[in-house]
Amino acid sequence: MEVALEDNNLMENILPPDEQEIDVELEAKEKKYLRGEGANLESLKDKKLKTQLASREKLYGKSAKAAAKIEKWLLPASAGYLETDGLEKTWRIKQTDIAKEVDILSSRNQYDIVLPDFGPYKLDFTASGRHMLAGGRKGHLALVDMMNMNLIREIHVRETVRDVAFLHNDQFFAAAQKKYAYIYGRDGTELHCLKERGPVARLRFLKNHFLLASVNKIGQLHYQDVTYGDMVASIRTGKGRTDVMEVNPYNGVVALGHSGGTVTMWKPTSQAPLVQMQCHPGPVSSVAFHPNGHLMATSGKERKVKIWDLRKFEEVQTIHGFHAKTLSFSQKGLLAAGTGSFVQVLGDGSGNYSRYMSHSMVKGYQVEKVMFRPYEDVLGIGHSMGWSSVLIPGSGEPNFDSWVANPFETSKQRREKEVHLLLDKLPPETIMLDPSKIGAMRPSRRKDKPTRGEIEAEKEVAVEAAKGVEMKKKTKGRNKPSKRTKKKKEMVENAKKTFPGEEQGNVAGKKRRIGEVDAAELPASLKRFARKN
Amino acid sequence: MRIKTISRSVDEFTRERSQDLQRVFHNFDPSLRPMEKAVEYQRALTAAKLEKIFARPFVGAMDGHRDGISCMAKNPNYLKGIFSASMDGDIRLWDIATRRTVCQFPGHQGAVRGLTVSTDGNVLVSCGIDSTVRLWNVPRPSLEDSDLSSEKSAEPSAVYVCKNALLAVDHQFEGELFATSGAQIDIWNHNRSQPVHSFKPGNDSVISVRFNPGEPDILAVSSNDRRMIIYDIRMSSAAREIRMQTKTNSIAWNPMEPMNFTGANEDGNCYSFDGRKNEEAKCVHKDHVSAVMDIDFSPTGREFVTGSYDRSVRIFPYNGGHSREIYHTKRMQRVFCVKYSSDATYVISGSDDTNLRLWKAKASEQLGVILPREQKKHEYNEAVKNRYKHLPEIKRIVRHRHLPKPIYKAIAESRAVNNAKKRKDDRRKASSAPGTIVTKPLRTRRIINEREVE
Repeated sequence: MEVALEDNNLMENILPPDEQEIDVELEAKEKKYLRGEGANLESLKDKKLKTQLASREKLYGKSAKAAAKIEKWLLPASAGYLETDGLEKTWRIKQTDIAKEVDILSSRNQYDIVLPDFGPYKLDFTASGRHMLAGGRKGHLALVDMMNMNLIREIHVRETVRDVAFLHNDQFFAAAQKKYAYIYGRDGTELHCLKERGPVARLRFLKNHFLLASVNKIGQLHYQDVTYGDMVASIRTGKGRTDVMEVNPYNGVVALGHSGGTVTMWKPTSQAPLVQMQCHPGPVSSVAFHPNGHLMATSGKERKVKIWDLRKFEEVQTIHGFHAKTLSFSQKGLLAAGTGSFVQVLGDGSGNYSRYMSHSMVKGYQVEKVMFRPYEDVLGIGHSMGWSSVLIPGSGEPNFDSWVANPFETSKQRREKEVHLLLDKLPPETIMLDPSKIGAMRPSRRKDKPTRGEIEAEKEVAVEAAKGVEMKKKTKGRNKPSKRTKKKKEMVENAKKTFPGEEQGNVAGKKRRIGEVDAAELPASLKRFARKN
Repeated sequence: MRIKTISRSVDEFTRERSQDLQRVFHNFDPSLRPMEKAVEYQRALTAAKLEKIFARPFVGAMDGHRDGISCMAKNPNYLKGIFSASMDGDIRLWDIATRRTVCQFPGHQGAVRGLTVSTDGNVLVSCGIDSTVRLWNVPRPSLEDSDLSSEKSAEPSAVYVCKNALLAVDHQFEGELFATSGAQIDIWNHNRSQPVHSFKPGNDSVISVRFNPGEPDILAVSSNDRRMIIYDIRMSSAAREIRMQTKTNSIAWNPMEPMNFTGANEDGNCYSFDGRKNEEAKCVHKDHVSAVMDIDFSPTGREFVTGSYDRSVRIFPYNGGHSREIYHTKRMQRVFCVKYSSDATYVISGSDDTNLRLWKAKASEQLGVILPREQKKHEYNEAVKNRYKHLPEIKRIVRHRHLPKPIYKAIAESRAVNNAKKRKDDRRKASSAPGTIVTKPLRTRRIINEREVE
């Protein structure tokens, strides 16, 4: 009935504005879950395929909508924030001020552990943020459970330790010691001595591929599969000694920063780097990757920190003023830079990296490594007198997924997860700059063969060019006009010749009468003979 | 200033008592899952391999007959039972779960050519080359059947004699009529000893009869002069007929789309037709190497099973040109009849080596009660395998089947022959004036003519 229809229209117009805003918000979230554009089905001719794909696209839309709604209404926690009113600036707020305003559980996350004897400390966290490994330069290794601040195990290896890294969970960790790298179990027993690598400067673990990557003092890059111990690749970078190495979590490529200011990116299956970028005029002192894989931060000794976009390989932003010895991105995109005894945190919600917070420690404490703790608003700082932990509101992801990384894991869940991780282990060939290309169509490499018309047009242009060339006038009686005209004719003949490869179209096809050929394909001189239909 | 930091209390995120379930939290954000496409591909590969590991389609064989099996019948009301008849006149009712004979129906002299059960499941009709039609009362399954040592045997409730050998029989889906065929097609009523109607399609014998599941009065027959004819039994003559190049051994109607039927042809292909439009086949299902002897649709209407003279049983999708599965054994000789069980889980084949064999319709299916978590995992594996099944590594694994050597060689030979023929035809076409040589599509190539009879 018409009356009922009108009523419905009115109802749509007087939707409360909140609902409209919510719809807009949900649409923005949906885009993230759709993971790219839908397929263009208009150009398909096969009806069966078209209907099948259309129904599938509908399902994708539905699942994206459902995921957006869950994100809006059902997630248990919300992100942290730090807001100041009026003239107060966020970077002037000290940790002591924060401690007064925050609840007890969070204030337990602020502490300083003073261990002056064993040298500057390097840190590593497990993927869930529950366990931390601290390695002091003079040989002290400590495995700590961050939830209850339990020291699970500490050992002293009595030689220099240059870097530490967890393997896939807290049961195994690797330490780069004076001559070789070693793998230890959770209770501190030495499991493996990795002799092939030589003296290792940096160690990193690629979680999805179970590859332990390291760069040694000579500048060689090694990848080893830790499930069965095979050395997958050992690459001579050819760029000399470096100890700046980071892994891009989005696609698994390893980035090395060199003393010439270049950053090179490597994958295990090729001996040449994927990308070489000239980032700084002087040596690169540290590199860090944003978790979404599109941003990279590098710092050089010329006291600049640069933010690069990795899709276009262009510089996005430069931050002047300090030389950052260590850089780290948080899950929410905040950037921490450590220099001397000062740590600065940059970033706001959108991509602009402006000053957010800072923390300065006692003068004698030299910052060695900063690393954000996953799923918590905490920044871990390893320095020359031990390690500290400070609160940075808004840096961690508030909602974890139990199937990805669970800080409250039981031992049964941990064992199950290990089995599933091993089943999903990716082969090293899947490391590539754009991991979404797997399963996608490769664009056809064959260039389209130029049509006859195009070939003719090109030839005419070449002939015109040959005719217009200025001939050099020779001296000493060699400038005979007959010779000059002969030379010019030869050049025009050469321009008219076709290459043997391009003759294909004419040889293979059958001969056609001029009248049957399209007018567009004919050379210009014969266009008047084309049959007009 | 306003501050909030993430602080998680342990009790919110862990369980209180050990009898509780563990708490699980979800966050579907794609940024938490890097390289998800590669992980999905890896899971698809693992799923394809696992499917091959668990592919054990053969469940068991039922032996007891003393001569090759000529026909089988399903009881529409009783899922566990199947009737089979052999070339020496022996009819048996089998219990599929225990794979034993429950009841025997002796009486026919000579091969039994057709078996069918009435829709209410009470009457079994059989016909044979001794020119008799026998009606039997199907024994009701009761608790006494658990005593397996006793094999009952029944007496026919009626025996009707005809003039010629009978080759096929089928019962109407709703009603009391059944049709037999031999030299002509006769429509019988249970209680009359003479046929109610008769149709004579020509001078050649009629080898198979099938009633339409949707329209109870429509009947499809195939005769030895290579015709498939559709009758309406209320009218006095045929409604439509299609003549092909080779004869059709058996016809089956699609239970979910009753206007479509598929014929199992002597040239190794199955042709699906729309009953209303016979000019071209809807689909040609090619994979068998030698004559297809029998065909039966799954109750879902999405698949059908065929048994062929080349000692194999194949399962085809209803609209696909190639089979999705092939079953064969060294001990299984020429397959003469196949049935798809009424719960769409099993396929039963009867062959020349006197055995009925029971196969799973989906070779790697887990039978029995499945937990919901297992069910979800199976569905996930299916979905992820289907997403990447066109990629070479996975395609190779999913497609891989072991074929018996004679079939493998015959396929290779026919491929070589067809390629040579195609090359020759292409060259002929390329060197002649365009439009003079026209290739007929495969859907119409085998049809000689079709006509609609008024």
